[in-house]
Amino acid sequence: MLRVDKILVAPLPPLSFTVANGECLAVEGPSGSGKSRLLRAIADLEAARGHVFLDGAERGEMRAPAWRRLVRYAATEPMWWTETARAAFPPPPNPARSPTSSALAGLLADLALDPALLDKPVSDLSTGERQRLAFARAVIDSPRVLLLDEPTNGLDAASQARVEILIQRELKAGRSVVLASHDALQIDRLADTRLQLARPATLPRATPASDTARTQRGWQP
Amino acid sequence: MTAYIPLSVIELALASILVVANGMISVAYGLRLERSLAVASLRMVLQLGIVALALKFIFAQTNPVWTLLFVTIMAVATIAEVIMRQERRLKGWRALLLSASPAFLAGLVTTLIALLLIQPQPWYAPRFLLPILGMLVGNSLSGVALVLDTITGAASRERRVIEARLALGATRHQAFEDILRRGLRTGLMPVLNGMAAAGIVSLPGMMTGQILAGVDPVEAAKYQIMIMFLIAGATAIGVVAGGFAAVHLLTDERHRLRLDRLTAPSE
Repeated sequence: MLRVDKILVAPLPPLSFTVANGECLAVEGPSGSGKSRLLRAIADLEAARGHVFLDGAERGEMRAPAWRRLVRYAATEPMWWTETARAAFPPPPNPARSPTSSALAGLLADLALDPALLDKPVSDLSTGERQRLAFARAVIDSPRVLLLDEPTNGLDAASQARVEILIQRELKAGRSVVLASHDALQIDRLADTRLQLARPATLPRATPASDTARTQRGWQP
Repeated sequence: MTAYIPLSVIELALASILVVANGMISVAYGLRLERSLAVASLRMVLQLGIVALALKFIFAQTNPVWTLLFVTIMAVATIAEVIMRQERRLKGWRALLLSASPAFLAGLVTTLIALLLIQPQPWYAPRFLLPILGMLVGNSLSGVALVLDTITGAASRERRVIEARLALGATRHQAFEDILRRGLRTGLMPVLNGMAAAGIVSLPGMMTGQILAGVDPVEAAKYQIMIMFLIAGATAIGVVAGGFAAVHLLTDERHRLRLDRLTAPSE
């Protein structure tokens, strides 16, 4: 379970909420309302006051790379820095437990991607192919929490449906998902709870956790 | 072999006619370089004149305190020059010092090695120490300035790639490995090119100077070879230390990219 306790992403007010295993929280709000920054702060890519717990362990208790292997942020615009997509997939932290090639092949098949794309120059791939490969890259090493920032941005309807099915499968497997999306219909299809980021200074509509002083480290839910 | 032939002011004045000709070309073609040319020529004459007088004074002293003073001024000038050459600078004097000081320290360490090899009496004799230190620091300065500029520039241009790698669980060193490698190559390239071209395209300045002073060309070449190796060493040490310092200063202990520690690009 992901628990966010009074995280402070200026200029938003401190936000507290929990996302249970298998639960999807949608973060809504206009562009520039801080959706991406909230997701980045949870992944500890951006410094933010407050606490974030994964199953009672605070992010500061583990090294940041270990935290980001468990709490995975997937940006809207997928980035590729290698010649082929395969080289940019995360290196297996533990070879014995690393995802088998059949798991990757299955994932690519579910995304309607030809496995040969992995070894083609990334610059030859279409926008949609890069976007779907980035989704596969984000989930292949089984993170516990997925922070998805506009995961179907730039995808056609068929690909969008495929990605949504995979998000639902991740939820069934017990992952917590925080979804930032502009698409109200997509939020209706996927989200269990919502967090509205309104204009600064007005409080968000839904802050499930009460605002009592529970800022000590190691607080157990 | 003829001995050393001193130059008079008249000969220098005759040589300066060529700079005036250069300025006239600039005026004729509207290059607008004549002002910079005049300032640069004047600066060069003044700087070399002052440094010559300072060296002459220091060589005449027996107290090493004067040598130490000169070395200190060189250290400050080196660090200031590295900082001046950055398009985007790190914020805070501590970060600036940490990233720029390898340029001087690498030159200092390799100079001490050179003194061990040459064994002048006493070991800190300014006639050996100061010119060698100047050559080594000058080269590692260029390398460190290049590696810092490459890394800070690439980090700000490739922010999204670095953060995508961090988000996938990369450490800050893994996320920066490509950029660091590029920075090290850029920083070392001038020295490698210089070594490869030495003697074919150009005769290195120090060897030329020794030959003009009447030294046997083979002896001059030996000195030049030793200095080339030391320059390569000084640049390598400075570039590697500066590169790692830049990566560390652009990230924090939570492996976050900290572009907020860079100033906006200067003109």
